[in-house]
Amino acid sequence: MGNVGAKEVPVLLSPDGIRVDGRRLDELRPLRIVAGPLHRADGSAFVEWGANKVMAAVYGPREVHPRHLQQNNKAIVQCKYNMAAFSVDERKRPGLDRRSQEISKVIAEAFESVIFAEEYPRTSIDVYIEVLQANAGTRCAGLVAASVALADAGIPMADLVPAVAVGKVAGQLVLDLNKAEDNFGEADVPMALVPQSGRLVLLQMEGHMTREELSRALDMGVKGCHVIYEKMKAALRDRYSTARPTEVPA
Amino acid sequence: MSEEITADILTTHILDLAANGKRMDGRGADEYRPISVEIGFVTTADGSALARIGDTAVLSGIKLEPGKPFPDTPNAGVLTTNAELIPLSSPTFEPGPPQPWAIEVSRVVDRAIRAAEAVDLTKLCVTPGEKTWVCYVDIHVLDHSGNLIDAAMLAALAALHHATLPSKRFGIGEADTPLDVQHSPVECTFVRLGDAIVVDPAFEEERAAQGRLTVATDETGRIVAMQKGLVGAFSPDDVRATVERAFHHGERLRAVARKGGTL
Repeated sequence: MGNVGAKEVPVLLSPDGIRVDGRRLDELRPLRIVAGPLHRADGSAFVEWGANKVMAAVYGPREVHPRHLQQNNKAIVQCKYNMAAFSVDERKRPGLDRRSQEISKVIAEAFESVIFAEEYPRTSIDVYIEVLQANAGTRCAGLVAASVALADAGIPMADLVPAVAVGKVAGQLVLDLNKAEDNFGEADVPMALVPQSGRLVLLQMEGHMTREELSRALDMGVKGCHVIYEKMKAALRDRYSTARPTEVPA
Repeated sequence: MSEEITADILTTHILDLAANGKRMDGRGADEYRPISVEIGFVTTADGSALARIGDTAVLSGIKLEPGKPFPDTPNAGVLTTNAELIPLSSPTFEPGPPQPWAIEVSRVVDRAIRAAEAVDLTKLCVTPGEKTWVCYVDIHVLDHSGNLIDAAMLAALAALHHATLPSKRFGIGEADTPLDVQHSPVECTFVRLGDAIVVDPAFEEERAAQGRLTVATDETGRIVAMQKGLVGAFSPDDVRATVERAFHHGERLRAVARKGGTL
């Protein structure tokens, strides 16, 4: 989507249902999660997901800046999603744009849905997501990284929040869109799940889908989220099974 | 508040140690923390490197794009250095416009690259007065655990050394060619702790410092940039001695920037 001027649509799906990068329709890209790679943050995580590289850090609960945002009955959750200038093919001008601000907002709201914010009144829990290398699905990768970072920071939460996008490519539903599929596909549905409750705390959609397709897309995404959930838990177990903090990812 | 109180106690401790020729982490006055450079960390960049000095981690990415030369230098390319001290890297960084000391980091690194003529800007010119390569050196601080200037310079130099001009993508040439890097500047930073002047300050040492001095040298034996920072003072003899030490460390830093790996 968003590539109206693009010259030609590449072949995204082979006749036997194999995708451009060799995956099956419901197969995730390789996902590696490292919990706690940063030293100054209260919690951190690095996620390498396909060709995405995303770092997340959590600070807090701490004093609220700016002060007027402070709430007397609960902590506020602030999120800043940012892309490095060199994270995309054409250099991105540093600084906040409207896309980043929207993503930051929906991610913050997703986390507010699971954090026990009333435990820390008059504080802020600050979530920073830095996209170092982008290849479609950075908001989901950022959410996964930030969720592990929140757990690493010891923030009380109902659950971890795995996230993944389901899309439509050549009329077929596919799990975890890569860049070509995102650019030339027919739909993109990123979602984030609270596995314990089975509810979605982030859901966006762009493109064209029938009701029946959307229904199947939701099932496919939830299934994918459960796979990611296990990897998130494993990363946290790895981090705390050793006495020393893990190194910054290689 | 409590953090400021612990900072005060730590500062006293660091200065006491320094008076006895010691440092918090057991290093000698002329010893860097472990250094490593990972080249090609970001494949969306035309050159990139992740540099670590101790717990400090800095990522630099190079982007090369066609643009217009400046009117007063029609035959030269354009190079800009930008350091982002993102709030992810430290509890004290806040979102918003860059703070003066963040600007200082990028300016000091920029000055060394420019003065050393690390990149021959005339070779970036495509059509005089019309078209040239613009070289963006973006520096992303991931973990601020002291001595950002040296780590940022190391990351930027390593990224430049392994950058490629994407000529094919922009229809400027038949094949992509390596960016020509003719000189290798590195920065070497010292802080004063009482009478001692120690290299590569860790975060707490920087906070306790009574003056900071950065010396950038290149492989030809030139001093290409200097910066005195923080509150404090150095005698001319201090400066002379520090410059000698900077040349000594410079050799090792350059080697790791060129090849990557660990020191």
